[in-house]
Amino acid sequence: MSTEFDINQIQNIIDHGIPHCAEIGVKVHDMDADGVIFSLPYQERFAGNPVNGVLHGGIITTLIDTAAGMCIYAKIKQYVPIATLDLRIDYLKPATPGEDVFTRATCYKVTKQIAFVRAIAYHGDPEDPIANSVGTFMLKSTGSPPLNEVSGKKGGAQ
Amino acid sequence: MSEMSAEDFVALIEKSKEDRDWRPVFDTIPYFSYLGLRLEPTDDRLVCVLPADGKFIGNPTLPALHGGVVGAFLESTALVHLLATQEVTRLPKIINITVEYLRSAKPIETYAEAVITKPGRRVANMRIEAWQKDRNKPVAAAHANFLVS
Repeated sequence: MSTEFDINQIQNIIDHGIPHCAEIGVKVHDMDADGVIFSLPYQERFAGNPVNGVLHGGIITTLIDTAAGMCIYAKIKQYVPIATLDLRIDYLKPATPGEDVFTRATCYKVTKQIAFVRAIAYHGDPEDPIANSVGTFMLKSTGSPPLNEVSGKKGGAQ
Repeated sequence: MSEMSAEDFVALIEKSKEDRDWRPVFDTIPYFSYLGLRLEPTDDRLVCVLPADGKFIGNPTLPALHGGVVGAFLESTALVHLLATQEVTRLPKIINITVEYLRSAKPIETYAEAVITKPGRRVANMRIEAWQKDRNKPVAAAHANFLVS
């Protein structure tokens, strides 16, 4: 595995290049050429149901959107600007209050301009997912500098 | 979290509907408080507002809102619309949502409005649109299904 595309590099991009992900506390668990696994610790402030503390679907959307975008970098090994075109999420069961949420995202097809991604969100068992998702992303969406250059200046891998 | 019974929550929703003041409900839902969500006071429409906040930025160089926050805002707007317009005996549950990102969303105040395309007895099919300065230039749109009973 190239050192440029290791877990620390991706975590560094999240912590310093994507303010919202740093704010909510997205963590990188694993990555390989097939995809990435990210997690988000349970936090009461993201509950959508005040009666039982179940997470709002939106925070799961955010975790999936982030991982879905990042798995494209793992696939193409190049930090080109990308933009989400669309993202469909099926909520298969409520997240369990108090438990961390994991998401595994895989880029299963990439063309010159478009990347196709699927992802699932789960607690402990990927075979028993909370949500299933498919999305498409546009590559080289802007002329802005790639993420690793934006985030690379502030502190290295740790 | 301050524990709240399902009955208390439904009663709070009913009261907000009567008072036409949704702040008590928004204050009770932790993620709505986190987003700083509010309803634009208009007579006959339900326009939700997502305030400008640096913590929602996903791309600092453009800069642009995080797509996940935009998706969450659309989903929240649909839920608010259901609470405000339908008889609810419990919190509607989202079944699925497809978010279409139409334009880069700037880190400024964002608005959204939902319509019920098919108000079924068990499932409500919704269409939601979000925009910023120009209502005719939506930054994102979504289709969603909610289980309502």
